[in-house]
Amino acid sequence: MDRFTDRVFLISGGARGLGEAQARRLVAEGGQVVIGDVLVEQGRRLAAELGPACAFHHLDVTSESQWNEAVAAAERIGKLHGLVNNAGIFEPLPMMETDAANFERHTGINQLGTFLGMRAVVPAFERTGGGSIVNISSTAGLRAAPTAFAYTATKWAVRGMTKAAALELAAKNIRVNSVHPGPINTDMLGVRNAEENRLRTQRVPMKRFGTKEEIAGLVLFLLGDESRYMTGSEVAMDGGISL
Amino acid sequence: MTRFSSKVFLISGGARGLGEAQARRLVAEGAQVVIGDVLEDVGRQLAAELGAACVFQLLDVTSESQWSEAVAQAERFGPLNGLVNNAGVYTPMTLLETDSAQFERHTRINQLGTFLGMRAAVPAFVRSGGGAIVNMSSTVALRSAPNSIAYTATKWAVRGMTKAAALELADRNIRVNSVHPGPIDTDMLSVRTREENLRRVQQVPMKRLGTKEEIAGLVLFLLSDESRYMTGSEVAMDGGAAL
Repeated sequence: MDRFTDRVFLISGGARGLGEAQARRLVAEGGQVVIGDVLVEQGRRLAAELGPACAFHHLDVTSESQWNEAVAAAERIGKLHGLVNNAGIFEPLPMMETDAANFERHTGINQLGTFLGMRAVVPAFERTGGGSIVNISSTAGLRAAPTAFAYTATKWAVRGMTKAAALELAAKNIRVNSVHPGPINTDMLGVRNAEENRLRTQRVPMKRFGTKEEIAGLVLFLLGDESRYMTGSEVAMDGGISL
Repeated sequence: MTRFSSKVFLISGGARGLGEAQARRLVAEGAQVVIGDVLEDVGRQLAAELGAACVFQLLDVTSESQWSEAVAQAERFGPLNGLVNNAGVYTPMTLLETDSAQFERHTRINQLGTFLGMRAAVPAFVRSGGGAIVNMSSTVALRSAPNSIAYTATKWAVRGMTKAAALELADRNIRVNSVHPGPIDTDMLSVRTREENLRRVQQVPMKRLGTKEEIAGLVLFLLSDESRYMTGSEVAMDGGAAL
């Protein structure tokens, strides 16, 4: 009997990166997972590899109806126990180079998407008798990141929404916590060049990037019963970069 | 093979309360533990109950020489892997009621004690090739609570020292994180009346006190390899009390 046996989880942005690592660990520990993503091919391939415990569902996080369908797909498997809001974009630009379109692309996916995800799962969690939401913020939500204005704004918003939702949902036995990864070795870093990433590594007190598997370990702790007295918390896993 | 097999930990304030629960879990998961405390009878009894994997060592955390002895005792088990600074006092009083003696009693045990513990453990961690320190702060160091000025001051100091030490020790592969419990069901709460404690529970969004076993689950996560990319982080487990 593993810690996630018979439990169902919905992972947005689950086709690759952080979400993929979470899906793999959850399935390895007995969980059943719906991965939602706009990346249909990658998502289907991952679901096929993970077997019957994993299903792919097309999910544009800015669409309320697609969220409802994803939750329904999860509930066809069983009672929903957790949601991880991973889906996000990172298109770093300084404030004066950020136009309204770049700004709204970030607010749409990173911020509205997280809000709609939380709203969509609450009725399902009530049917389950409770649940756990993990919102992926960033160290940019603790201490502003240079030249990533819109991204920083949305990650602070995710941190704030986490606390507002935690207060509102505590009475329903629904916990909401945020995770603040530092620089993690995923495709998201591909938007910076090798030299920029090398300099970034030197600014991390631990002198290395984190791995998506390390973030998955923390996310699973927050989804599991070990963290049952935690809600509204913000947990940095960043090699010390927000210090 | 469990996650703490053949690992060695030093737990200050380990005779009862939070420290006791951590010692029990660590031993149950394969570790060897030195519990340091000024409470000799209770400490020896617990060590006897936990068997060969646990020894008691008299430890007044304001004494450098007793810290050195406790670390030496731990290293007789093997290379030291972790330290938890639990030892603390809580005598709530308003600012105007707090005299210098009360203030200094808090700073010496809660603050100087944590500093001396970190300093004593570092050479042993260097010999081990690394280590993890968990400092017990409090939810009052995230959002001040009324009528406990001295306690609040020291717990903010612990939060700050954690970050300063994390920066300084990252290159030695030593991680330092703080835990911020909300109101937990331990003897420490008995300084307030039953009526006051009931009122406090009503202020917690989750409407209950936490348990020492719940805090132990978080402390063990921070001591373990699962959190290897975390340093300088502050983790609240408080049922939402800091919101």
